[in-house]
Amino acid sequence: MRRTWLLVAGAAVVIVAAALLARGGGESATIEDRAQAISAGLRCPVCQNLSVADSPSRLAGEMRAEVEGQLRAGRTDDEVRAFFVARYGEWVLLEPRSLLPFVIPVAAVALGVGAWMLFVRRRPRAERTEVSDAERRRIDVDLRSLEEGA
Amino acid sequence: MSGVDPAERDEEESGSRRSRGRVIVLTMVPVIAFAILLASGLGRDPRELPSELISDRAPAFALPELGGQGDISGPTEGQVFVVNFWASWCLECHAEHDALVAAWERYRERGVVFVGVVFEDGEGTALQYASEKEGDWPLVMDPGSRTAIAYGVFGVPETFVIAPDGTIAAKTIGEVTYSWLTEEIDRALRTEVSA
Repeated sequence: MRRTWLLVAGAAVVIVAAALLARGGGESATIEDRAQAISAGLRCPVCQNLSVADSPSRLAGEMRAEVEGQLRAGRTDDEVRAFFVARYGEWVLLEPRSLLPFVIPVAAVALGVGAWMLFVRRRPRAERTEVSDAERRRIDVDLRSLEEGA
Repeated sequence: MSGVDPAERDEEESGSRRSRGRVIVLTMVPVIAFAILLASGLGRDPRELPSELISDRAPAFALPELGGQGDISGPTEGQVFVVNFWASWCLECHAEHDALVAAWERYRERGVVFVGVVFEDGEGTALQYASEKEGDWPLVMDPGSRTAIAYGVFGVPETFVIAPDGTIAAKTIGEVTYSWLTEEIDRALRTEVSA
């Protein structure tokens, strides 16, 4: 049991460390790498569901140049993203900054399961514990008629 | 079979029917609500978002005039600016041109400045387009689309009305109408009077 917990804790540490490395690696990368990473997270305004990094459109190319130009001018990755969000809204980010879109479905499922346990699963148990006299009489009658029929 | 009161049996059956009904309603209400929520998004254009820049300071520009006679800059405080992003290949830009001409003729004497910013178009084709159309408000090239990006332009045509205090008062995506232009320009001019 203790070994299982140790394994789970070890796996969690590895996952968190990998996630932190993946997020924080940007600052030490080259300007081209940072521009590529930022562009990959920006939605191309003139195409459907393509990032600025992937789109072959002229505007996307100019947005990539704008990203690189701002990085060369000394802006941080977050400042460059904020520049585009200020103009195009959160829409321009392929990954929303807010956790709400991820939290709402989980909360909805939890609420649904909770409601199901409360209203549906509980009900038959409550009924089963209390058999009324009328039900008892009906069971007796039905059993008797079954026996007679057999 | 005579031991059970039929009234009791009916009551029990109707009770279990009521309980089943409640379960169905409890299950279906969230499902239907969610389906309505999803369906309400189907008819919407993902590009038609309200501009983030409304009430913000309009980005300043100094852009080369189409035809190369110097730079046109704006917006200038104390003046209403109408900034229209367009291209010769854009059919809606052709369609909206008469509305722009009518608005420009109505407001040019009142100090309202119209600027047409060429978006993703060659200088030659833009000049050809301009020579075929009425209206002689300044038209400018936008190298690298830097001004279009600064204004958060999604495509053409897009039209912005800038108030005399230098903030963006209104924006419309797609073919602009004469009534939209007069309404928004009049509103921007009123802010000048009350300021």
